[in-house]
Amino acid sequence: MIEIQALTKRYGTTTAVEDLTFTVQPGTVTGFLGPNGAGKSTTMRMILGLDEPTSGSVLVNGHAPRTHNAPLQEVGAMLDPRAVLPSRSAFNHLLALAATSGIRRSRVDEVIDAVGLRAVAGRRAGTFSLGMAQRLGIAAALLGDPATVVLDEPVNGLDVEGIRWIRALLHELAGQGKTVFVSSHLMSEIAQTATHLIVIGRGRLIADTSVAGFIASAAPPVVRVLSSDQPALAGLLRAPDVSVTPADDGALLVSGLSAGQVGAAAAAAGITVLELATEQTSLEDAFVDLTKDAVEYRAATHEEEK
Amino acid sequence: MMTMSLPRYTERQRVNQARVLRSEWIKLRTQPSAAWSLAAAMLLIIAFGILYSILREARPPQGAAAIRSFDPVAVSLSGIQLAQIATGVLGVLLVTSEYANGLIRTTLSAVPRRLPVLWAKAAMVAGATVVVTLPAALVAFLAGQSVLSGHHLDVPLGHPGVARAVLGSALYLAVSGLVGLAIGALLRSAAGAISSLFGLFFALPIVAGFLPGSWSGDIGKYLPSNAGLAVTLVHPDPASSLSPWAGLGLFCLYAAILLGLAALRMRGGDAK
Repeated sequence: MIEIQALTKRYGTTTAVEDLTFTVQPGTVTGFLGPNGAGKSTTMRMILGLDEPTSGSVLVNGHAPRTHNAPLQEVGAMLDPRAVLPSRSAFNHLLALAATSGIRRSRVDEVIDAVGLRAVAGRRAGTFSLGMAQRLGIAAALLGDPATVVLDEPVNGLDVEGIRWIRALLHELAGQGKTVFVSSHLMSEIAQTATHLIVIGRGRLIADTSVAGFIASAAPPVVRVLSSDQPALAGLLRAPDVSVTPADDGALLVSGLSAGQVGAAAAAAGITVLELATEQTSLEDAFVDLTKDAVEYRAATHEEEK
Repeated sequence: MMTMSLPRYTERQRVNQARVLRSEWIKLRTQPSAAWSLAAAMLLIIAFGILYSILREARPPQGAAAIRSFDPVAVSLSGIQLAQIATGVLGVLLVTSEYANGLIRTTLSAVPRRLPVLWAKAAMVAGATVVVTLPAALVAFLAGQSVLSGHHLDVPLGHPGVARAVLGSALYLAVSGLVGLAIGALLRSAAGAISSLFGLFFALPIVAGFLPGSWSGDIGKYLPSNAGLAVTLVHPDPASSLSPWAGLGLFCLYAAILLGLAALRMRGGDAK
């Protein structure tokens, strides 16, 4: 379990994280979502005791991170898959890390097998592809069979097979009762992996919700309809709480009514429906809506300010 | 769907200094640049010792005064002053290589109290340096004396102060490595730390040499490298050198102060 209370981190005059409070529960995969520069990595470094909070507190499994006696058993992390000595082999990288806690050599072999790096374990880690480096980082995170797993952008740059593998892995870890906290800047990615969501923007908490709840609260679905008499249908449907807008291809986009209601209205007026579909607002759109005020850098705004 | 098949691991996993030492030993063994630094130190000690001995044997001191002040041990150990850069670089690289790519974050999240990492690295630098450079200094001494024996300029290892100078050379290089480690941990950049080492070991004594008259020796002998090098001399000149062990002690004090500052910097604040 990760408990974050009124956490603030400033670097000089820049505030990276401001007054964050949330709890990451064990036994489930929690996504940590935010645009680039939102403060995700800073928060994760504070969870690991690497950065000192300016104020507020972090508890991991009930203790301050810097006080863990068996750190690899408490929290396993991958912050940056390229954080290796390029000339050291993957096996020796893990062996040195394991040695700090007296973890057996056979455990190093176990994690190498589990992440599928057996064939390249003796190779210099600097020669690894991004996908292999991600697997090595995850192997390091799992060395001590930790109660809490923290992964920063673990699917970044992975191929489809790698992404599926990580999803299955995260679910398995959560199934073992571990606390699994995974960051991403892509909503679609996290929605398929996590069951709970922490969303931040500009260092502040925007949402602490289930993925299902987040999707439900996103903009309502739009009904797309193409019929034999579009102007008549549009006039028929318009109402104070219904909006009807024409799409580029001549279809009507109706919000405020269900597809069934639109179809029934057309049938009652004798208008033939040629095409009728409900279009879910994409998760990505919902996420952009939610965080649009919190994106640190936006080209247009930036230009306007100049 | 692929499954992970990773067994659970339930053994106790406490961090302690001995385990961090073992971890740093694995890192030292598997960092090629560390081996290169040590090999360079060994090569510089032996090759320069022999080359300079050959040079002096070809142009032996002329006249009673020159013969009296001729120091055959210093001639055969002349590579030490070059090797100190190699061992200093070893210390620098052992820590800056982790800051260069973020590996330090992995290391310090595994050892959240942090300082055991610095102490273990210090032990590796000092230990590896003595293990490699003591035999090298001995080889340089013996080979150099054998070259110088052509003009009967050589001295035996059993002569007073000679064995101490050979051993002291390895100790001096070990402390130079610790200075490198401390500066590396303070600056967290290899380029900056290596430049600082050159400044400390070479530029500072030259600047002191420009000082007028007796000031040069009075101040110069307290500079880190001059103080430390006293232990490598059989007969240090009191005008320009401290006594052997006092000099080494002062050099150790400088290294301890730098390591203390490095420890403060590493323990507090952010681990980037």
